[in-house]
Amino acid sequence: MKSLLFLLVGVFFGIVLFKSEAASWFRIYEMFQFDALYMYGIIGSALVLGVLFTRWVKKSGVRSFFGEKITIRPKEKGVVRYAVGGTLFGLGWALAGACPGPMYVLAGAGYWPILVVIFGALLGAFAYGLLKKVLPH
Amino acid sequence: MEALYSPWPWYVSGPLIALTMAVLVLMGKRFGMSSNLETLCSLSGAGKFTDYFRVDIRPRRWNLLVIMGAVLGGFIGANFLSPDDQVAISDHSIEKLNLLGFKSAGEAYLPLELFSAEALSAPLVWGILLMGGFLVGFGARYAGGCTSGHAISGLSDLQLPSLIAVIGFFAGGLVMVHVLFPLIF
Repeated sequence: MKSLLFLLVGVFFGIVLFKSEAASWFRIYEMFQFDALYMYGIIGSALVLGVLFTRWVKKSGVRSFFGEKITIRPKEKGVVRYAVGGTLFGLGWALAGACPGPMYVLAGAGYWPILVVIFGALLGAFAYGLLKKVLPH
Repeated sequence: MEALYSPWPWYVSGPLIALTMAVLVLMGKRFGMSSNLETLCSLSGAGKFTDYFRVDIRPRRWNLLVIMGAVLGGFIGANFLSPDDQVAISDHSIEKLNLLGFKSAGEAYLPLELFSAEALSAPLVWGILLMGGFLVGFGARYAGGCTSGHAISGLSDLQLPSLIAVIGFFAGGLVMVHVLFPLIF
């Protein structure tokens, strides 16, 4: 039952990403060219509501649908991993035009070459796992 | 119905993305897509190479279901909700892309110069897609999150690490598009 709910959340999210065009390589290019406010509108409006929602969850102490306590874990402190990892991610995001959500959406939409991107992303995650101990964080 | 079949405007899509996060949080989970890459590595036997991937994947199963759903959502969005999936980016972007050789700008959902069967006959395109994916996967895990985990969830919680990561996302993206694109394409 719970599994079905998660699957449905994913279906909803996938449709939103496709129809919003946030899964379009072209929209990502346009965003980094500052040629339109479109992507900034998507991220900005999601963020305003996200901030309000997160504050509400923390202040009200609301419980999950299943009655569990909700904990929003703060991110680990650090600078290097976020600055360097973030920059590498940005380089890839602009080149492939897809981040780790839209990749799956595009696979479902039938753009088969995205499977090469997904394979690359898996190799990248694997490489990070191998190198984690020697990388500065 | 017309509105459903047209591209959804940002002021509808943004709030719906926030809603996705809200539902996941209210289900006791979090909104973050890139950790699935690690789970998929674990499932593919990456634990043979390093302990990092030798983890119990059962607590992460829910997130795999979310991305399985996203695949299905992409199928539905593309096949049943988009009679016309051309992305009407700005004329400025179309001009710049035409100069780089992207003739499909403004006429497709993804550039056919990278994402079509014909495009894959060029080894360079394979290299570009593989490299782009690699950077996304490596960068997201190094930074501990991607657009969903940092730009939406993390910033929503006013986390400084997420702000640093998002500044990095933009620094990298700007360098790629403005400095490296003219060299690559």
